[in-house]
Amino acid sequence: MSDPMRIRAAVKGEKVEVKILMSHVMETGQRKDAEGAVVPAHYITKVTASCNGRDVLSADWGPSVSKNPYLSFRFKGGAKGDKLKVTWTDTAGDSRSDEVSIG
Amino acid sequence: MNTPRATRRALLVGSLLLLAGAAQAETSTQDAIAEYREMFGDDNPAELWQSRGEALWHTARGPKQANLTACDLGLGPGVIEGAYAQLPRWFDDTQQVQDLETRLVSCVTTLQGIPREEFLKVKFGDGEKKSELEALTAYVVAASRGKPIALPMQHPAEQAAYALGKAAFSYRAGPHDFACATCHGDAGKRIRLQELPQLTTAAGAREAYTHWPAYRISQGELRTMEWRLQDCFRQQRLPQLKFGSEVAIGLTMFLAKNAEGGTLAAPGIKR
Repeated sequence: MSDPMRIRAAVKGEKVEVKILMSHVMETGQRKDAEGAVVPAHYITKVTASCNGRDVLSADWGPSVSKNPYLSFRFKGGAKGDKLKVTWTDTAGDSRSDEVSIG
Repeated sequence: MNTPRATRRALLVGSLLLLAGAAQAETSTQDAIAEYREMFGDDNPAELWQSRGEALWHTARGPKQANLTACDLGLGPGVIEGAYAQLPRWFDDTQQVQDLETRLVSCVTTLQGIPREEFLKVKFGDGEKKSELEALTAYVVAASRGKPIALPMQHPAEQAAYALGKAAFSYRAGPHDFACATCHGDAGKRIRLQELPQLTTAAGAREAYTHWPAYRISQGELRTMEWRLQDCFRQQRLPQLKFGSEVAIGLTMFLAKNAEGGTLAAPGIKR
């Protein structure tokens, strides 16, 4: 079970500024535990964001992104009250979507 | 005759270069952390713990199927705003001076009926193994942001805890004959590249205390004051500091009292 993302989206001038905090271990698969066994890779591979159903961001991620990733971006064409939906998918096949209204 | 002198000069130049390198690394490490903090602005990954803690606080759990909204953190049942700014303090019901973490344990065991051992199975989280204590702590601490630290300090047991903490702070022990004061008793000290606050002064104690608990970047975890203290003990090669022990509470009391008047900005964000 993954924890909810913390998403903030607000109109800043002509653009919408989005700030997302995700809760994820982002294990690279390079690390070993105290017993010397490799900790299996487990990281987010895909992040997408859409505004009222229109894709505004699509990103391919890899193991070099930090634990509990923070993502900030801006896009044009969003307005107050629009629904912003963010989705991630990871190497374990898990995914999570969260939605906020643009403020 | 020339060769040793040349070698010596080369060594001297070498060590000067090393020093310069260390100084540069120091500033760049601190700059990088400052830059990282700036990128987050008002955001902090600690918020992930806060929201998990908020959910835990309001969820009916345990054998008694109760939530924690009746938990008295010193300001009355369910009052969390400003509660952390007045901890540690004496509690009549438990007849103990308690810090936030031990008080939360009391609430969980008495209100929800969850055994202490079960709740504390994961005191300090590690990746997939998440700590409920850390989440609840983050939630409560965040509700004291902007509040000045003001301990009641009326009860004799509170004063005794402070005195114990003060003594423990300067008590030298362990294979390195170390005390907290060895590193934190003077101005301008550092371990490797970490600058160390002088915790015996109001300025130093405030700087440190007002930002703990904190999200620790290098661990990707939110860490509590109990974690901070037990890790200090580990670094001093002292026996493991027992969670919620008199020494742990005493040291917290000592630090909080020294930091009195400082404005809480926790959960903070640390290297």
